[in-house]
Amino acid sequence: MISFDRVTVSYPGALAPALDNVSLTIEEGNFALVIGATGAGKSTLLRCVNGLVPHFSGGRLNGTVTVDGRTTEKFRPRELADIVGYVGQDADASFVADTVEDELAYAMENLGVDPATMRRRVEDVLDTLNLHALRQRAISTLSGGQRQRVAIGAAFTAAPRSLVLDEPTSSLDPVSAEEVLASLARLVHDQGTTILVAEHRLERIVQFADVVVALGAGRGEVRSGSPADIFATADLAPPVVRLARVAGWSPVPLSVRDARRQAPQLRHRLEPHPHPALVAAPGDRVAKVKGLTASYGPIPALSEVTLDLHEGEVVALMGRNGAGKSTLLNHLVGLRRPQQGSVEVLGHAPGTLRAREAVRLVGLVPQDPGSLLCAETVAAECRDGDRDGGLESGTTRAVLDSLVSGISDTVHPKDLSEGERLALALALVLAPAPPLLLLDEPTRGLDYGAKERLSRQLRHLATQGHCVVVATHDVELVAEVADRVVVLADGEVITDGPARSVVCHSAGLASQVARILAPAEWLTVEEVAVALVGRQSRDEADR
Amino acid sequence: MLRSRLQPLHPIAWWCWAGALAVAASRTTNLLLLGLIVAVVAWVVTTRRGNSPWARSFGALLRLGGFVIAIRLVVQILFGDRVPGDTWFNIPQVPLPHWAAGVTIGGPVTAQAVLGALCQGLQIAVILACFGAANSLASSFRLLRCVPAGLYEVAVAVTVAISFTPQVVLSIARVRDARRLRGRATSRLRGWRGLAVPVLDGALERSVALAASMDARGFGRRSSSPGRRRLTAGATLGGLVGLGIGLFELLDSGSASGVALAVIGFGGALVVGGMAIASHGSRSRYRPDRWRGAEWLVIAAGLAAVAGVVAAGASEPTSLSQPLYPLGLPAVPLSGLAGILVATLPSVISPAPAPVRAKLQEALA
Repeated sequence: MISFDRVTVSYPGALAPALDNVSLTIEEGNFALVIGATGAGKSTLLRCVNGLVPHFSGGRLNGTVTVDGRTTEKFRPRELADIVGYVGQDADASFVADTVEDELAYAMENLGVDPATMRRRVEDVLDTLNLHALRQRAISTLSGGQRQRVAIGAAFTAAPRSLVLDEPTSSLDPVSAEEVLASLARLVHDQGTTILVAEHRLERIVQFADVVVALGAGRGEVRSGSPADIFATADLAPPVVRLARVAGWSPVPLSVRDARRQAPQLRHRLEPHPHPALVAAPGDRVAKVKGLTASYGPIPALSEVTLDLHEGEVVALMGRNGAGKSTLLNHLVGLRRPQQGSVEVLGHAPGTLRAREAVRLVGLVPQDPGSLLCAETVAAECRDGDRDGGLESGTTRAVLDSLVSGISDTVHPKDLSEGERLALALALVLAPAPPLLLLDEPTRGLDYGAKERLSRQLRHLATQGHCVVVATHDVELVAEVADRVVVLADGEVITDGPARSVVCHSAGLASQVARILAPAEWLTVEEVAVALVGRQSRDEADR
Repeated sequence: MLRSRLQPLHPIAWWCWAGALAVAASRTTNLLLLGLIVAVVAWVVTTRRGNSPWARSFGALLRLGGFVIAIRLVVQILFGDRVPGDTWFNIPQVPLPHWAAGVTIGGPVTAQAVLGALCQGLQIAVILACFGAANSLASSFRLLRCVPAGLYEVAVAVTVAISFTPQVVLSIARVRDARRLRGRATSRLRGWRGLAVPVLDGALERSVALAASMDARGFGRRSSSPGRRRLTAGATLGGLVGLGIGLFELLDSGSASGVALAVIGFGGALVVGGMAIASHGSRSRYRPDRWRGAEWLVIAAGLAAVAGVVAAGASEPTSLSQPLYPLGLPAVPLSGLAGILVATLPSVISPAPAPVRAKLQEALA
């Protein structure tokens, strides 16, 4: 169905080609998962399939990409639209229409599908992706996750024979991610659609894949095979696989269900609860939200939210797409002022402060960290950061070096990898040392390695006395870093409690390890590994 | 029927209405008439725009217009022709070498010079306001759907062009938020400095990404034969050239002749014909925008403004310009005023946008 024959893609000015001599074939009706570290060329590979590379990206493509017998050399993206549906990483950039329904119908209109079929398919997709309540809404009023679902739906409706999706679940909450992936799997089963997905959050998707394509960082290093083969050795692996490695299970299970069959014996070796780490009493109060109510026009976003945030804690803000997480962060940082209720950070209302004073109290790394960056080089960016915050020169650079070492001064911020760009944005926000640090969906586009580094940084900041608030859908990140979880639903605080009990006792928010080892309250592979090593050494000492 | 009763006014009708007001503005420097046009446009925009992000385009272009007036005044005072008349004040004249004859820097500044420049600046600002009104009132996506598929290259250019203004407006909001997060001033002049590059960069990037997305979703697929495509392109290009020449003749005031009107008619017919050939059977519509009575009435209201201004010019040519020698109050051309006032009708006869409707229903319930 999709085949790459010795494909090399290079961009002018880049040191190494984005894809180097890649050959691979995806058979019809397969669900193929593309994995690889950030910057390994996953997006480029996907954009080659319908010819967006090189027709819309510039650069040079050698070799041939063939989809259903048509080569991208002869056929432009628009002439492949009936066989390839493409959903890009940035859903916002892909919207053409104003309302949900129009957006869903757009591709079909271009393909000349007759109106009766169009109506039926739009209804089907509205149901499949649970969008029917939003059908008349303007896309600009939707939340990030709702937009992602609309973008996926817009590719679904045209019923192409193959679908290409670039990180389709990165901004979805766990439950809607599962729904979207299940509907993708249904397409494979019912309609024989060929699916090619790139994804970092492997824990969500591995169980659906028939084929895994692993892009290595080196030249032409592409391995494809069954998930079991690839994950037996791959560096990038979901928690279930890493747990299996720690526990010494073979064959390696890929789903929670498979793993649970082998879990009793592991549970037996572990205590029912991990030894509670010494939980420091929360420090002084940093911020106070009281009775906060907000709305976008007629659409309510927050109602009567009351919350205290303290020094030294990492708080995870969770909840469905559109539950009001970003709105709450925007109020805390002062981008919006409360319509009702109050927000105070160390006694000041952030909305009324001047920008320069506000950044000393509270910093926000937005969903797209790149939007904070506007200079030509990393060095200039750091210099601007020092000047904006009125800091001693070199402060920002020092913070950056403490986060990630070895970013060259002369690189353009746009040429950094996702992880490095996040680190740079984080450094800019952290340089004025705000006691309250907010991050909105920081793990989008990060591989497991980068995510682990981020978790360590956040923990470190908390021990230094910052209060860190992370709005995220990433349950694995929450399991690793959070002390406390606040769950929002329809703008209200539903749950506010210690991370371990919230994560272990919620079906939707549980991490993979928590699910596998339930009812024991273990959250992460690292905890289990440490406990097992401890037990082993105790056993040896006993003997 | 799928066509909803709540369907907004056809975007082409809004563009025609705004275009007509812009044409009316382009034919006069009478401060009274120009002011009235801005008032009419602002009134219709406030009553009929939705809560979409591009609805803010009007305000942005109004500010741009103010900027244009300021620039025009400054240029006139510093470098403009030394218009004779009642001198207000003197600025020292910079002596220039003889080869720069005709260029002056500094010198006496007269009331006539300032007032003349103000009128010209205001005229441009009003035309910009009309453009902003069209952007605020009509969804660029719905307008885009009217571009025939056969004209792929033109359509992409049009898409990038018409989505650019709203993208700039959105981009400004994004960049301002980002600047606030970095602790930079967001208000006043200092905040605006250094805003231009990221804003334009972001808006252009988004516009291009939009074009890529449209392409990936089949926009502009070749469904007709090459011969037919050539015919379409030829007819439409010819028509557009005709329209351009005709409009130029018409706007170049004084020659609103039969020839110009004939050229416009012929060009228009060619364009319509070309579009009809191109859009034959290649695409389908989910919820077609229908052309109803309200659309005709809105266009008629816009044309009334043009007719009023043209009639005023025909009966009393001086009434359309600002009297400078001697300085005086602008004339009060009744037909012009009446025509422009008729152009407020769309605030009543066009369907209300969703939020306004919701408020009305609330009030009635």
